[in-house]
Amino acid sequence: MKRDKANYRNVNENPCNMCMPMGGILPFKGVEQSMVILHGSQGCATYMRRHIAEHFNEPIDVASSALNEKGTVYGGEKNRKQGLDNLIKLYSPGIIGILTTCLAETIGEDIGRITSDYRNEHELHRLPIITVPTPGYGGSHTEGYWLAAKQIVSGLARQTPRHSKINIIVPHISPADIREIKRILDRMDIDFTLFPDFSDTLDRPFSKTYKKIPNGGTRIADIAAMPGAAATVQIGITIDDDLSPGRFLEREFGVPLYNVPIPTGLENMDLFMNVLTEITGSCMPLSLEQERGRLLDCMIDSHKYNFEGRSVIFGEPELVYAVAKTCMENGIFPVVAATGSKNAKLAELLTAEIDKYERQVVLLMDSDFDQIRQNSTSAGANIAIGHSDGRYLTEREGIPLVRLGFPIHDRVGGQRVLSVGYLGTTMLLDRVTNTLLENKYKNYRSSMYEQFYHNGHENNISGKILLSGTEG
Amino acid sequence: MEMDAGLWALEERKDSITVKGKHKKQLKCDTDSVAGCVSQRACVYCGARVVLNPITDAVHLVHGPIGCASYTWDIRGSLSSGSELYRNSFSTDLQEEDVIFGGEKKLARAINDLVEKCNPKLVFVYSTCIVGVIGDDLEAVCKAAAKKHDIEVIPVQSSGFIGNKAAGYRAACDALTRLIAPQKSVKMFRNRSINYLGDFNLAGEAWIIKNYIKQMGIDINVTFTGDSNYEALKKAPQASLNIIQCAGSMSYLAQKMQEQYEIPYIRVSFLGIEDTSESLRRIAEAFNDKEITRRTEKLIKNEIEKVRPTIEGYREKLSGSKAAVYVGGGFKAISLIKQFREIGIEVVMIGTQTGRQDEYDTINTLVDDGTVVLDDANPTELERFMVQKGANLLVGGVKERPLAYKLGVAFVDHNHDRKHPLSGFTGAVNFAREVYSTVCSPVWKFVQQGRQSL
Ligand code: SF4
Ligand code: SF4
Repeated sequence: MKRDKANYRNVNENPCNMCMPMGGILPFKGVEQSMVILHGSQGCATYMRRHIAEHFNEPIDVASSALNEKGTVYGGEKNRKQGLDNLIKLYSPGIIGILTTCLAETIGEDIGRITSDYRNEHELHRLPIITVPTPGYGGSHTEGYWLAAKQIVSGLARQTPRHSKINIIVPHISPADIREIKRILDRMDIDFTLFPDFSDTLDRPFSKTYKKIPNGGTRIADIAAMPGAAATVQIGITIDDDLSPGRFLEREFGVPLYNVPIPTGLENMDLFMNVLTEITGSCMPLSLEQERGRLLDCMIDSHKYNFEGRSVIFGEPELVYAVAKTCMENGIFPVVAATGSKNAKLAELLTAEIDKYERQVVLLMDSDFDQIRQNSTSAGANIAIGHSDGRYLTEREGIPLVRLGFPIHDRVGGQRVLSVGYLGTTMLLDRVTNTLLENKYKNYRSSMYEQFYHNGHENNISGKILLSGTEG
Repeated sequence: MEMDAGLWALEERKDSITVKGKHKKQLKCDTDSVAGCVSQRACVYCGARVVLNPITDAVHLVHGPIGCASYTWDIRGSLSSGSELYRNSFSTDLQEEDVIFGGEKKLARAINDLVEKCNPKLVFVYSTCIVGVIGDDLEAVCKAAAKKHDIEVIPVQSSGFIGNKAAGYRAACDALTRLIAPQKSVKMFRNRSINYLGDFNLAGEAWIIKNYIKQMGIDINVTFTGDSNYEALKKAPQASLNIIQCAGSMSYLAQKMQEQYEIPYIRVSFLGIEDTSESLRRIAEAFNDKEITRRTEKLIKNEIEKVRPTIEGYREKLSGSKAAVYVGGGFKAISLIKQFREIGIEVVMIGTQTGRQDEYDTINTLVDDGTVVLDDANPTELERFMVQKGANLLVGGVKERPLAYKLGVAFVDHNHDRKHPLSGFTGAVNFAREVYSTVCSPVWKFVQQGRQSL
């Protein structure tokens, strides 16, 4: 078991992560009628909007307090107040999220105070305003996502009489994934509140009229009632307790918390189903049984092809865990698993899994693509699974990439990538297997020619080539 | 349709929106963005990075927290005939403790590491917003590093909050001015070549223009900055003429070079047949050489003959369409109006993120009465005017694309990430084809049906 934990370096070369406020925007997009304003320089907001818009192919309106030199020297209060005024005028939102950026945090803005002053002056007691301190240097987009999710829940949750719904809290997965989870819950007749639900807001159907704030998102009233739920199922085993909305609901209101991994992969999905059946007493419907059977069928059909795969997996911790496990189940053994976040739990959780298979995997935490590339080549990786920035591995090292996660900006359909549930796992697995096959067919004639005809027996078949399945 | 330009818009924004023929007022531009407005503008750092990034063999090091570097990694389509070093995004990845105790030491170490690893002759260090606030002395760190490694380490003063993208262009030009300044010991000889300013070799555009100029019998000394490198840029003072395309980003440098090296400059544009032909002629004129003029006329004639029929074909299909334009700089906006005219399309709304007063004046003389002109627009305004003016095509960047599509309107990408050249005669055909591919796509038919039946 190789581990690289003390990963200090002076230069980050080709980042594998984005910054905290960008991640913080997303949960707000999963609340009905919400708008976000970033307190800081204009440029940050523009970059993040572009990044998010490119992935989802949706207009992403995020305001900025557009701090300028004056604001920076004398404090940004005026900018933020004017910003809020204008935001309300232009969008009339039902809830506002205020996220800080590096700049606002560095000049020491007290957003909590400015916000309550603003609320009092404008008598806006009914409009929820949620503030989230998200300096870009405070963490990656993953921590930003969870902190914002937690602040939304803690800001809106109210003591509520017990009801029969369960809370489902989802990490940064695709809108298609969220829809699939909702479908599964519906099939099982479970009454639920899913948060944050950006399945419609970040993947809206084409419609007759354009709305600046799209329909959809978790209802504010439903979030407020989360403390009354029978249980919380939170898809997030890698999150820190301080950032965990589920943990908050448990500590403050005694809602039992079940943390589960993203239901990608047979075992992960089985676990998700078990937890649901345990909590609700409902059982797995026949249609899902059949989907499970089809996944098993798919796993058998592809197992020999998959055996040739040596995967490098990168992205957000939660995704890396679920995908690594899926790969292991199918013999596509990971050789490198990496994240740009500083996450203590991921390495621990992965190590436990890896040890079951007695394999060597290089784990890179707080990593960048330079490291990922070096380790991938030395470990002979032949398939990459992760977001679009991994195209760097394809371009430089010829490792084909299965696009999954965020951002997917060089292909269409990032918002429609489905990889959860038995069905989604089947689809993901097919994509991975077919990528391996495509690469094999692309090269095998020339590689056999090179190995056996051209070079005769000089370049004998080495064990490494057979095992890794790497081509010429 | 009732023209209510601006009535619903925010008070602070009203002076930045005009309707040609209706309002006499001068458009307000080049100001800070209004808070809370969802401006489409990028920052100073972004402007500086766009201009300098195409320098292929330089290390581009972003001194700041990770996000600023993450969002700008290899997102531009500048091509290189040599080094690929520029396609990496290096960042000092500042952490909380660096913000508290200062990031100078980390920066110095980062430069050391990079010099050891990449062995560059040139390092650009970009400052970001918080570096401006925590007060790191970039100048001093860069100077010490340059001395230590005996290479050039140039600070780019691009703290994001000191203005907008245009200020970033200026910061980049300052860095370039420093870079090209010859050492006293080096003697420069003037030759008959030209420098080409303001082409970033997106999808090979600078190469296309270089070929034209070569066919005219003139050499390009160096391009600022598409596919340029350290050695080539150092020779910039040798040229006898500067031609500048993207005026927004490069006028300042051209002026500096005129002052310091007495190199005169002329403005050119290679967008569209009309501008391209005229620009090539003006370059030839500047040389006042019969052979050059003859070659130039021959080139223009040949090229136009090649592309005219195709463009005419598109023109027939596109005639009568209405375009809305929202792009970064004024130069691009002006060229687009002319280019659209070449293919029979009228511009009904036009705006920029960072256009200057003189550019808006030109825009105003070019467009028809009733055209909405606006500076630093937000999505609300774009949406309102596109619908109001019946635009069936929007030209813009990545952020504007989904808005157009949600409105059921065609879209043309005019950003730095494009994968096909839009410059020169070849580019004029590509442009017409792209417009055709989106305006005349069969999908709109179904979208319209959907709308009626809903
Ligand atoms: S911090 Fe400043 S430099 Fe960095 S993206 Fe934001 S505005 Fe631009
Ligand atoms: S890292 Fe900080 S300064 Fe840079 S884009 Fe993110 S919030 Fe803005």
